[in-house]
Amino acid sequence: MDIAFIDNVLFATVRTATPLLLVALGVMISERSGVLNLGQEGMVLVGAALAFIAAYVTGNMGWGIIAGAFAGMLVSVLFAFIALSLMANQVATGLALTIFGTGLSAFVGADYVGQSIAGLSPISIPLLSSIPFIGKAFFAQDIMVYLSFCLFGGLWWLMRATRLGLIIRSVGENPEAAHALGYPVRKIRYCAVLFGGAMAGLAGAYLSLAYTPMWSEGIAAGRGWIALALVVFASWRANRVLFGAWLFGFASILHLLLQGYGYAISPNLLAMLPYLVTIIVLVIMMQRKQGGSDAPRSLGRPFSPSR
Amino acid sequence: MRIEKRLQPSRAMVLLSPVLALVLTLIAGALLFKMLGHPAGLSLYNYFINPISDWYGVSELLVKVTPLLLCAIGLMLCFKGKVWNIGAEGQFIFAALVSGYVSLQLMAVEGFWVLPVIIVAGALAGMAWAAIAALLKTHFQASEILTTIMLNYIALNLLLWGVHGPLKDPDGYNFPESALFADHTLLPLLSEDYRVTVAIYIALLMLAVVWFVLSKSIFGFQIRVMGESAGAAKFAGYKNRLLVWSLLLFSGAMAGVAAVSEVNGPVGQLIPTLNLGYGYAAIIVVFMGRMHPIGILIASFLLGLTYVGGEMVQIEQGMPKSIVGLFQGMLLFFLLACDLLIQYRLVLPGFGPIRLPSDRTKQVAS
Repeated sequence: MDIAFIDNVLFATVRTATPLLLVALGVMISERSGVLNLGQEGMVLVGAALAFIAAYVTGNMGWGIIAGAFAGMLVSVLFAFIALSLMANQVATGLALTIFGTGLSAFVGADYVGQSIAGLSPISIPLLSSIPFIGKAFFAQDIMVYLSFCLFGGLWWLMRATRLGLIIRSVGENPEAAHALGYPVRKIRYCAVLFGGAMAGLAGAYLSLAYTPMWSEGIAAGRGWIALALVVFASWRANRVLFGAWLFGFASILHLLLQGYGYAISPNLLAMLPYLVTIIVLVIMMQRKQGGSDAPRSLGRPFSPSR
Repeated sequence: MRIEKRLQPSRAMVLLSPVLALVLTLIAGALLFKMLGHPAGLSLYNYFINPISDWYGVSELLVKVTPLLLCAIGLMLCFKGKVWNIGAEGQFIFAALVSGYVSLQLMAVEGFWVLPVIIVAGALAGMAWAAIAALLKTHFQASEILTTIMLNYIALNLLLWGVHGPLKDPDGYNFPESALFADHTLLPLLSEDYRVTVAIYIALLMLAVVWFVLSKSIFGFQIRVMGESAGAAKFAGYKNRLLVWSLLLFSGAMAGVAAVSEVNGPVGQLIPTLNLGYGYAAIIVVFMGRMHPIGILIASFLLGLTYVGGEMVQIEQGMPKSIVGLFQGMLLFFLLACDLLIQYRLVLPGFGPIRLPSDRTKQVAS
């Protein structure tokens, strides 16, 4: 096992973790504000489809990224309106968003299956990228990976050290009290959901512009759902979300490693690994916490200011 | 326009909401077709009426209704007990794999017991897959929403492994498909001219059984109590774990039978794309059907129509087949939105609250 090999493994881990990190950070914010949006998978798919189409049509990756984030945000408005304004069951509304998003993305992307684009190319940062082990993984990635690092840093700081972070948390813990203090609970939740939508859309954009620069139906392959589990695993904390995303990223490339070593296991069986790891991690976390007491207290409960 | 809370939930709206949702879906669908440059009227006709304009079309609708209804029967019980089993899809796929394997093993064996064995194998496989989620929920407190979804992806990969590997037809020119099942392992057709099998009778029978259990038995009562108030169920001494297990196992069995109805019916072999999303569509069936046996029977016809209609506009107008998912998603979205009117009513400025006839009689009574 030489240094180049470890370099490559870390590089691939960070790359694979990026879409998970993006979705999970968005989930963290919306769940911290008390909204359980199970529509992540649908939003990622819509983001991926629209990002690819925009990049293909304009030939500009930047427009692709923007289109992906914007598309994710746009479909999250549907969820926000029905779950927050019309106070529908959040579990059912989230499922509806996933079913709708899966259909919508396949529908608008139908003409683009099999088309190819150049994709995002890596940008090596001089000097830093030649550090052994971490250089390639952290400083020779594409722009969206750097963007995900910045977003992570910003959100970590937001939730840990700012007044806004505290307000978001209070809305998720006790919306009645936050309302009594004069905070616009529903508006804050709307913003959190829309932010989550944009993050899921970005993750989709990463998948169809950088990870595999193409569009295919169901390209998200459950990453939206894995991100939801990841946030439970991370106890709704940004630094643990980052760590968890890397762990899941590693689990997802494990099959490439095993194949590289010549283990003759069917690729279909190995493709199960990330899902298996998700279940195992969920179980372990629940054992340690005895029932998820870290969850924001009003998670999934509708709030009506008139009460 | 604003909304105000009703004094009591409107029973009429419970039934009207799905109708309203369907109307809104049709309007949105018409706009969508128009936007894409297709004539709206003709497209809607092709989607919702043309497919069932002859007996063959109706029979094809029944082919879709069978697995949808079977999955929905199980999910209805789960959702009534607030067990969020999103895994009918995975239970369906795993059962398809197992019953498909059994069917292939019994190719050369004739006997009256062959089909029952295949059906039981499918039901048991579906139960086994659901049992994983039950175990994780009752003994490890893992959310069944996430575990069942993960199990869906795992089941799909297992199926892919099966058709690419051990179950691949050796004479199949290397296509990832199993051999065609022997005739005696296929469910009997109702008529030689159509693809409907006796599985539709099994579905209707199970629907009747579940209706009886829900309305007449203490078990059905316990499910309802657990769904409405977990605390009350605990206080009453109901065995919560046992209920969760029975609900998940039952719905797993139903998804398993649904898989047999599909694989040993119209499909007739194991293929990578045998799941058309019935497990997810059945969730919409349960919500549209108001978690009531008669309701889900009607709703399974509607959702079945979204499939055959989707195929029709695909053939007639060259639409992508994914329009099915789009219509199904819209249906559920509009339904959830309309359900607001069960608890609330619209108040138009200058007109006062919009009342349904049933509201008025209730107010007189009170």
